[in-house]
Amino acid sequence: MKKDRHFYWRLFSSTFTLSAFTFGGGYVIVPLMQKRFVKELKWIEEDEMLDLVAIGQSAPGPIAINTSILVGYRMAGIPGALLTVTGTVLPPLIVITIISYFYIAFRDNHLVKALFKGMQAGVAAVIVDVVIEMAARIIRNRRLLAIIVMALSFIAAVLLKINIVIILLFCGILGAYTTLRSKHDARSSPDSGKDESCAEGSGTGGSAGKKEGSD
Amino acid sequence: MIYLQLFWSFFLVGLFSFGGGYASLPLIQEQVLKINSWLTPAEFMDILTISQMTPGPIAINASTFVGTKVAGLPGAVIATAGCVTPSCIIVLTLAVLYYRFKGLDMVQGIIKGLRPAVVALIASAGYSILLTVLFDSDDYTFRLSDLDFIAAGLFAVSLFLLRKFKLNPIYAMLAAGIVGMVIYGFLPSF
Repeated sequence: MKKDRHFYWRLFSSTFTLSAFTFGGGYVIVPLMQKRFVKELKWIEEDEMLDLVAIGQSAPGPIAINTSILVGYRMAGIPGALLTVTGTVLPPLIVITIISYFYIAFRDNHLVKALFKGMQAGVAAVIVDVVIEMAARIIRNRRLLAIIVMALSFIAAVLLKINIVIILLFCGILGAYTTLRSKHDARSSPDSGKDESCAEGSGTGGSAGKKEGSD
Repeated sequence: MIYLQLFWSFFLVGLFSFGGGYASLPLIQEQVLKINSWLTPAEFMDILTISQMTPGPIAINASTFVGTKVAGLPGAVIATAGCVTPSCIIVLTLAVLYYRFKGLDMVQGIIKGLRPAVVALIASAGYSILLTVLFDSDDYTFRLSDLDFIAAGLFAVSLFLLRKFKLNPIYAMLAAGIVGMVIYGFLPSF
């Protein structure tokens, strides 16, 4: 693939338009990116794209931002990543900047205030709905440790008012520790071959994609 | 140095919001309400409402909004840059590792450990948002006599429609807004 000005423009404009038309944030943009880069432009293989999405979800930060950084890096290295992250950030940056000026001027209008007050009740309902959904998933998995961690974290945040970062760091370390232990246990059991063959499989898919990308 | 403070606060939001979307909510709340008091709880609610209607992740919307309010356009750019910098560094490091080693068991393990905590923290943010909406309270405490019956009704109906009929969140919010505008709009005391 020729990496001329036209290529970089398409990379930038793709992420810009995807970001501009993704409302509500989060997971919506991921399938759209898949459609654009895998199906329409045929720049990235389906399997490799799935790996990139998984990496994007396992890193901190907004998923839309993470995935676009990965796509940019995959297509054109660090400059590509900078280009796509700029393309993704610009639409909300522009829209919110305009709204925040206009909002400060109109906030004190009686009807606007009433509209916002009503919408906030709706937003609260949306968030409670999301929380119920997520908590139910954790409880349904029936992993006792996860349920305990969830309950204790809530108590720590609401009642004890412990800093969120400290709670997250603690739980991250706990997760790393349990993985290390289960890996250690798996090594001494006959099941251990299974995991490795899985990792091998996704590995070859990824390296094939990389080779294609480097020419 | 307000710019440095903005950058750092949203750097922390970006760095610790695992799981995307609502996961950044409790962190933003902590940074802009508790640690820095850049927004009032009512303004924080407004930014959530605006976020639902505009493109882009909540964290980016919040950084731009807070940045503009605290230090104008440069503030918006700096806060937003702060929010995406950890993503850039971490994601690029992971990408390099992915193309070199593929297996990311450790990362998966950390994520697995974080997931229930993230749900709990979103719940705690949701709890205080609910108190803001229902009792106009900016802390985790409230008085039952302060209950806003209209907001409580709108909340209950919206939640019912969302749970029962899987209503699109944007419609739920807009409907609540319009009904709210009609009811509150005719209240002289509001």
